[in-house]
Amino acid sequence: MRGAGQQHPGSEFVFENLSEKFQRVFKTLRGEAKLTEENMAEVLREIRLALLEADVHFQVVKQLLENVRTKCQGQEVWTSFSPAQQVVKIVRDELLELLGGTTARLKFAPRPPSVFFLTGLQGSGKTTTAGKLARWLQRGGHHPLLVSVDVYRPAAREQLAVVAREVGTPVFAGQSDARPVDLALAARAEARNKGCDVLLVDTAGRLHIDEELMAELVELRDRMEPTEILFVADAMTGQDAVRSAEEFHRRLNTTGVVLTKLDGDARGGAALSIRSVTGQPIKFVGTGEKYDNLELFHPDRMTSRILGMGDVLTLIEKAEEVIDRQKAEDLERNFRMDRFSLEDFREQIRQARRMGPLSQVLALLPSVGPFRNVPKQDVDDKALVRVEAILNSMTAKERVRPEILNGSRRRRIAKGSATTVQEVNQLLKQYDQMRRMMRSMSGRMGKKALSQFAASAPGA
Amino acid sequence: MIQTLFGSPEAKPGLLERFQKAVQSTRSSLVSRVEDLVRGKTEIDAKLLEELEETLIAGDVGVGTAQEVLEAVRGQVSRGQLQEPSRLKSAVKAELLNILKQTADGLPRTVVPPVVILVVGVNGTGKTTTIGKLAFQLRAEGKTVLLCAGDTFRAAATEQLEIWGERTGCEVVKQRPGADPSAVLFDALTSAKARQFDYIIADTAGRLHTKVNLMAELEKMRRTSQRIIPGSPHEVLLVLDATTGQNGLQQARQFTGSAGITGIVLTKLDGTAKGGGVIAIARELKLPIRYVGVGEQKEDLLPFDPEQFIESLFS
Ligand SMILES: Nc1nc2c(ncn2[C@@H]2O[C@H](COP(=O)(O)OP(=O)(O)OP(=O)(O)O)[C@@H](O)[C@H]2O)c(=O)[nH]1
Ligand SMILES: Nc1nc2c(ncn2[C@@H]2O[C@H](COP(=O)(O)OP(=O)(O)OP(=O)(O)O)[C@@H](O)[C@H]2O)c(=O)[nH]1
Ligand SMILES: [Mg+2]
Ligand SMILES: [Mg+2]
Repeated sequence: MRGAGQQHPGSEFVFENLSEKFQRVFKTLRGEAKLTEENMAEVLREIRLALLEADVHFQVVKQLLENVRTKCQGQEVWTSFSPAQQVVKIVRDELLELLGGTTARLKFAPRPPSVFFLTGLQGSGKTTTAGKLARWLQRGGHHPLLVSVDVYRPAAREQLAVVAREVGTPVFAGQSDARPVDLALAARAEARNKGCDVLLVDTAGRLHIDEELMAELVELRDRMEPTEILFVADAMTGQDAVRSAEEFHRRLNTTGVVLTKLDGDARGGAALSIRSVTGQPIKFVGTGEKYDNLELFHPDRMTSRILGMGDVLTLIEKAEEVIDRQKAEDLERNFRMDRFSLEDFREQIRQARRMGPLSQVLALLPSVGPFRNVPKQDVDDKALVRVEAILNSMTAKERVRPEILNGSRRRRIAKGSATTVQEVNQLLKQYDQMRRMMRSMSGRMGKKALSQFAASAPGA
Repeated sequence: MIQTLFGSPEAKPGLLERFQKAVQSTRSSLVSRVEDLVRGKTEIDAKLLEELEETLIAGDVGVGTAQEVLEAVRGQVSRGQLQEPSRLKSAVKAELLNILKQTADGLPRTVVPPVVILVVGVNGTGKTTTIGKLAFQLRAEGKTVLLCAGDTFRAAATEQLEIWGERTGCEVVKQRPGADPSAVLFDALTSAKARQFDYIIADTAGRLHTKVNLMAELEKMRRTSQRIIPGSPHEVLLVLDATTGQNGLQQARQFTGSAGITGIVLTKLDGTAKGGGVIAIARELKLPIRYVGVGEQKEDLLPFDPEQFIESLFS
């Protein structure tokens, strides 16, 4: 706060401060017109680290960054993003595309019972997921039957029996010394008898390099002709995910993936690795040990989890929501054509404000990386509000042709916006200076002029 | 009904194919490429170091640890201590070995029996199986072992341990499902003390390290152990799955905080995963790796061999 008698205490200081921050976030005003090797380098380095720390397979990371680099090169920096934000956005879009659609369809057989397999490495969560899926199917009006063909692990079949009891679905117990194929065949007959329309087959955990057990699965598949062969994978899996997933897929033609244990803090980059090598959709995720903890896979959530830049992504999404691309482009064109009107300026302020309080928007930025120097506190939105109020009090005609603003019009505007005539004058004076500057410079510098304008817009 | 609940996925096949190809090419050639470089080149260059970094990352060593190790080696190169590319790999190995050797002393102190071993870890890593294998080893040494079915949560966890008890000739102390694990442990401890068992090995339910109340439950088990047998638990083993990536370090940190880990068992090394994450754990927490699991049978538990482990990262 400054001296008494001031109509808007501290406004000049606040606005300068604010616009400086504003300018840093929306580097549209900074004058980097194109994405280049240089302005992308730092953010790409960080993205590489983020992806590797998230356990995305290093070769997948390499390929991904290559794609992103090609996509980015020479791209115009959009009005609403900084180069770094724009690169993150492109990476995000790439991840979203790679991870596939939002939800996946389970395939049922034309003639019931449909047979679904749960396969995967030891301890990944197959038996638990079988229980979860049984519940899921029940809720969808199906009548699943469970069967365990894990004749190896101690108490594996007992485990599924307990699971079935807890979920409230029938389970086929079978002979204690039966072979997996015989168990499965008998279970299918039982499903038919009982009128169960889905048979969920819980298989023993096995290593992808275990020739004998992989061959057993192949035989099981050939005899049972499942419509779904789900690869159940632990979200904590590291670089090895590509090998196991690929081998299971190669041998069995898996139809989808269930990613378990996502309730922990693993970033889950394995999702990306697995998806990359198998091409199969991630159909469900496991988010706990309870039978209700099964959810559809959401690529957007997974993307921000893997990138670990949730805050930046939120910011980008917010920006995307509010910024009408066409308007942004119009604005760009007007810059170049030296026709940046007060109307355009108002539009830009509006877009910024629609993202929420500026302080909140700034707080979304991470405190590491390219945004580390952006101050996160002490941002006052009031000055911006007043500038917008002034602009709002003008008629559209006045905004497009400010030269018609005579004394009486200015008084009206000041009154209408609860500001002073001096403030209105100052805004117009600086707008004028800026326009003159813009005229003498090319588009790039024009943007800089705009930022200077913003930085010195009305004080008391 | 269900069918209509689901939309349809499908990514561009072109994109996926490219990824598949990329991954495949590394798989087949990464190691040999490093070998070629090492043999063929006469000067250590950035490219060679990058290949080494990739080898380490591929083994789940982690990009941070990999970079630090390579930085140390790079230092040797720039000081002129290392000029031969053929010696680069052994310098990296030495650096890694050094980290593994700076862990706490691996030998358990001599204690008055029963020796209490608590086995903890996240879900599905191989705790119960490891207990079976450990019991088998101890029995082979002529020790008496009492097993404690401390996982009262997971379906048929007790039955699973009981089968291991039968296989190894060990008694199992248990209660009904849903019982307080500390109460089961209490029973087992008092029984082992009264009947003078040499060892008691307690199973615990798998739990993610992020679940605060489940971690508190472990703290309670620890306190129970301490109360009944002062100085115990003598060994708290964290069972880590070798297929786990960078999350392993976080697991080790959190379990050390709540359960006071004294050593690590690295399971499932019979697969293709390298388990390189334990290097960062050894470096930061100085936790020794006691055993490695190499299969599902009772014999499949081996003492940890650092040299062999490091060697396997490069093969
Ligand atoms: N936190 C959490 N735990 C899970 C999830 N899914 C499974 N689990 C736990 O992971 C452990 C292993 O699960 P199982 O269902 O027995 O795994 P499996 O793949 O059948 O194991 P094997 O048959 O031995 O190969 C159990 O402790 C489960 O409770 C999940 O989504 N979140
Ligand atoms: N290949 C291989 N499989 C192993 C190894 N150790 C355990 N397993 C398997 O991994 C799966 C999980 O083992 P468990 O001992 O049930 O794991 P856990 O940690 O007790 O699991 P929860 O109690 O559910 O958390 C089982 O299928 C075991 O047979 C190993 O060293 N190698
Ligand atoms: Mg199972
Ligand atoms: Mg267990």
